[in-house]
Amino acid sequence: MLSRREVLLGGAAGWLGAAAPAFADAEPLTQLPGKRPLIQRAYRPPNFETPLSELAASYTPNDVFFVRYHLAVIPWVDTHSWRVTVGGDSATHPLRLSLHDLQHGFERVSLAAVNQCSGNRRGLFTPRVPGVQWQNGAMGNALWSGVRLRDVLRRAGIRPDAVEVVVQGADSAVLPSTPKFVKSLPLERALDDSTLIAFEMNGAPLPHWNGAPARLIVPGWTGTYWMKHLTDIQLVPKPFDGFWMKAAYRLPTGAFPGARFATQENADTTPITEILVNSLILAPLEGQRLPQGQKALLRGKAWDNGAGIAAVEVSSDAGQHWRPATLGRDLGRYAWRDFHLPLDTAQRGALTLAVRARSRNGAQQPQKLTFNPSGYHDNVVQTVSVEIV
Amino acid sequence: MSGAARRAALLGLVLTVPALADTAPQQVTELAAGPGHDLTVGRCIVCHSLEYIPANAPAMNRGAWQKTIQKMREKFGAPITDAEAAQILDYLAAHYAGKP
Repeated sequence: MLSRREVLLGGAAGWLGAAAPAFADAEPLTQLPGKRPLIQRAYRPPNFETPLSELAASYTPNDVFFVRYHLAVIPWVDTHSWRVTVGGDSATHPLRLSLHDLQHGFERVSLAAVNQCSGNRRGLFTPRVPGVQWQNGAMGNALWSGVRLRDVLRRAGIRPDAVEVVVQGADSAVLPSTPKFVKSLPLERALDDSTLIAFEMNGAPLPHWNGAPARLIVPGWTGTYWMKHLTDIQLVPKPFDGFWMKAAYRLPTGAFPGARFATQENADTTPITEILVNSLILAPLEGQRLPQGQKALLRGKAWDNGAGIAAVEVSSDAGQHWRPATLGRDLGRYAWRDFHLPLDTAQRGALTLAVRARSRNGAQQPQKLTFNPSGYHDNVVQTVSVEIV
Repeated sequence: MSGAARRAALLGLVLTVPALADTAPQQVTELAAGPGHDLTVGRCIVCHSLEYIPANAPAMNRGAWQKTIQKMREKFGAPITDAEAAQILDYLAAHYAGKP
């Protein structure tokens, strides 16, 4: 008989060590208020993953969109009394804005964008690394509506010495000794016309668990910068030195492509920035048995940092030959792109399918994982094994 | 209870308790019995629920747990004394170290 320890370890390894699709039904599902059942990675602070079966829609519904928090004190923010302050040492005219001010004082902008957690797929890393053991569902695509951060910063007056924009939200830690979750952006990224303060998601007010009443949208960059429950925005003349910039969300310097965050980089490590070109197979599922001679469709999503998806290719011979999949509607360069390809089911037997996406900037998904100790940027080519029966 | 939850409960992995009305039950993790259990639960649960411990076990060995406990104390300000840290480390290394 197994000891309790063996059961615990075996259980954890069984859930998390295997390919996601085959084990999708073994995930513990929990329902947060206002959400449908999601995969519970942690209850407190809440970290809930979207099941693979809920990622098929072009726009991920608000009630299944993933939930990610670092700290456990999460107030239900009152929309009417909520204010965001915009100031800092490099602002000439500090502001305090209500939701009404944002909605009526600035040009309204909508864009579709993938929100992907930096640690999405960490649970698929080999060797295993500590952290929330996400599989494929710490991501989603939504239509975000709000105002440009640039317009708000300009209203607050940007001094020429500004180098970063520091943002924080209403959520906080249990202990006063725990560093508040505060992030910064390079000034040029904050001023990019795609960087938004959003108050709507898929046409509805931003849900509580996704940052109500307003959050930052940084299309093409990983979710760590997308501050929820935004309360404070500061223009600053020197690099922000908080824990969540200096000690977390960092990669080995030079190991990955993508925008550089120069004011936060050192010789050893650099902040994670842009999403890498990637794809996700939604069908068929791992281990699925497909009837011989019947129609079957491979389908999924591909996305990148906003350069836009140029092509998605499929191989059924371990990468020797690649066939182009058909791309779905272009929802905008920061959105994900559907792809599909009919499968040849004429011959019985095992079939392993590999999918790789290529970006318009030439970047392509790699075959081999670039290991990093925090488990970020897993964009290796995924495979799915099926049987034609 | 879902099939998955039932299987997990049968394995002794989780205990389901009623959460907020109109929501599916919260999945509550129970840690393995043994010396240091109560202290570990008592200190860790101040800031986070306990799933993190079994979920991370495959990535952890004694050295990794030592680093994590140090990070919780020094970076996150967890009020844990040296003597308590030693007991918590022994407990986690005995029950949740799945990495060679």
